[in-house]
Amino acid sequence: MISPARPPARRIAALLSGTIALALAVTGCGGGTGTGSDTGKVTSITALDYYSDEAEHSQWGEILSACGRSAGVKVEQTSVPPASLMPKILQQASSRTLPDLLMVDNPDLQQIAQTGALTPLDPYGIDSSGFAKGILSAGTYKGKVYGLAPDVSTVALFYNKDMLAKAGVAVPRTWDELKAAAAELTRPGRYGMAVDANATFEGSWQFLPFLWSNGGDEKRLDTPQAAQALQLWVDLVKSGSMSKSVLNWTQADVHDQFAAGKTAMMINGPWRIPALNKDKNLHWGVAPIPVPRAAQTPITPLGGEVWTVPRSASKARQEKAAQVLACLNHSSSMLTLAKQHFTVPSRSALASRYAEQVPSMAAFVKSVEAARSRTSQLGVKWPKAATGIYTAIQSALAGEQTPEEALRHAQRIATGD
Amino acid sequence: MPSGSRPATDPARARFRARLARWMYLVPAAAYLLMFFGYPIVKNIMMSFQQYTTTTFYTGAAPFVGLRNYAEILASDLFSKALLTTALFTAGSIVGQFVLGLAFALFFQRRFPLGGFLRSLLLLPWLLPLVASGTTWRWMLDPDTGVVNTALRGLHLSSSGIPWLTGTSQALVSVILINIWVGIPFNTAILYAGLQDIPTHLYEAAKLDGAGPLASFRHVTWPLLRPVVGVVLVLGVVYTVKVLDLVLVVTGGGPAGATETLATRSYELSFQQFEFGRGAAMSNVLIVLSLAFALVYLRANRRARNG
Repeated sequence: MISPARPPARRIAALLSGTIALALAVTGCGGGTGTGSDTGKVTSITALDYYSDEAEHSQWGEILSACGRSAGVKVEQTSVPPASLMPKILQQASSRTLPDLLMVDNPDLQQIAQTGALTPLDPYGIDSSGFAKGILSAGTYKGKVYGLAPDVSTVALFYNKDMLAKAGVAVPRTWDELKAAAAELTRPGRYGMAVDANATFEGSWQFLPFLWSNGGDEKRLDTPQAAQALQLWVDLVKSGSMSKSVLNWTQADVHDQFAAGKTAMMINGPWRIPALNKDKNLHWGVAPIPVPRAAQTPITPLGGEVWTVPRSASKARQEKAAQVLACLNHSSSMLTLAKQHFTVPSRSALASRYAEQVPSMAAFVKSVEAARSRTSQLGVKWPKAATGIYTAIQSALAGEQTPEEALRHAQRIATGD
Repeated sequence: MPSGSRPATDPARARFRARLARWMYLVPAAAYLLMFFGYPIVKNIMMSFQQYTTTTFYTGAAPFVGLRNYAEILASDLFSKALLTTALFTAGSIVGQFVLGLAFALFFQRRFPLGGFLRSLLLLPWLLPLVASGTTWRWMLDPDTGVVNTALRGLHLSSSGIPWLTGTSQALVSVILINIWVGIPFNTAILYAGLQDIPTHLYEAAKLDGAGPLASFRHVTWPLLRPVVGVVLVLGVVYTVKVLDLVLVVTGGGPAGATETLATRSYELSFQQFEFGRGAAMSNVLIVLSLAFALVYLRANRRARNG
């Protein structure tokens, strides 16, 4: 969810190849016999993540090796495309070949912890104090911490400074201002606003700040608060300020529209900043997501990847992996990673200091403080609610159902088994 | 059987060796079929009766739940919708592919300059990877910036453009049209080969009898092409019912589930929601549908041969 632009074709190719690997795992053709229980001195450990983008892969590689050096091991890092990570983990779980150190996207952690494949972190003496509440709750399953994220992120409103200035529009802070600004900024061949309303969990993730900031809740989707939030998106599409194609856009597509000047504002995350910075002619700004009424604080979903230590036959390897994990979550690593990826350190005290050092990240630091994790309320049932949410978004924006009807249906999906 | 006059061992051993040899010829094929067709099918049927989730991968525990997976997927309102979409998608694709494929095959039967070259060009959609051509179609059909709507606007055929991928009814039509484009080469190639097998003297005889092009198509071409037509249609249906990649690339099943077929539902259940039991149940429904169609075809074929 938090990964940089990937063309849909590559994404789907990766998805399909991941599927084939998983199908093999299902049919028991996984192969391999586990990492073995080498009782001797551990000289290297394995790590798996989804930082398959070249720059990201090498940046994470550096910090992993540095942390490995301080723990006295070599870290062999493997990166797979984001869509193939979950299939890969399941395949490795069934063949008992999970890596020593495993990265997972935070909303997936509880599901993986539920399988029993991960070890709780407190026996290793890892310090999980001072972490932002949201990310700690995402890493916790049944009262035990299984995963910690060095840096976190969330979504915000990106806007094209030149377009706003030319139209004489101020950065919108409330929903009404957003609607007015989007309409004002719409021109032939250009839309005022863009979101990801895709029929995937990405679409649900982008809708959450609107749902939550209006007092809506993923536990009950058929409420007036939720309907008002969905109505906002419907109004934006109906008035022509937002393309109906948002139904098919991924966050990467939304970014491409913004970068190409085909939309004046968009909802996206800070992981887009490196790509946006590449274009010297694009003058963009970032602001908190508009809220229903003035002076409210937006409640946004928390993004970020947690690192975990899977169960394995070798206690020594687990210990080494835990040492590397602890090192990744040291203040210095957090700061390095946050600066490299335009994310926010997940220890709150450090985050405030970081906001002073890097003022452009202040909007994100502020949002992260109030950010909620997707699994904090529903835990392993979150995927069902997320399915309900994107189904409702799709049918309301396509004009099949009113927001109220769509959300009643969403609630049935979320609670059905 | 008198056997006393000859040495007793030889014929017995020879018979044994002959039988062994027979089995040895069978073993590779049988082993292959069992491993790569039998096992997955049996496993899939088993899974459809189990609660097979992410936890199963680690613990191996998959409790049997009887027919619950089937009851759940069949009772869901998404199922009837996906079934209807699958039927429309298959019927639309097959009719389009077949009619256009036959038209191209008949057209290329005439000899004209560059005919062979053009015929090989026609194979292109078949040669391209679906993910690549699907993505290209997605760009071309983009309602705002796609070349198709730009052309329609330029020709003043439509002022606002057609919501190819964002309208709930248009999206299914778009996916069918793309699938027809993908399927034409296959239909043309097979039907063209079938046409080549019809002896030319039959056409000459028909001409002598005063048959026009329409009559000779009805009374010579069509009856003799029937067996090939049967093969093309059955293979076409089996290929089309299970189409997954094209839909995933072009619409992802959307908008609002308008292009969701049984195949994409099965994929979603298994590989996005990780409900492998229900995904397996869904794919078994798909297998039964294909099988039913194949059986109908086989019976019709046998009756035609006997009658």
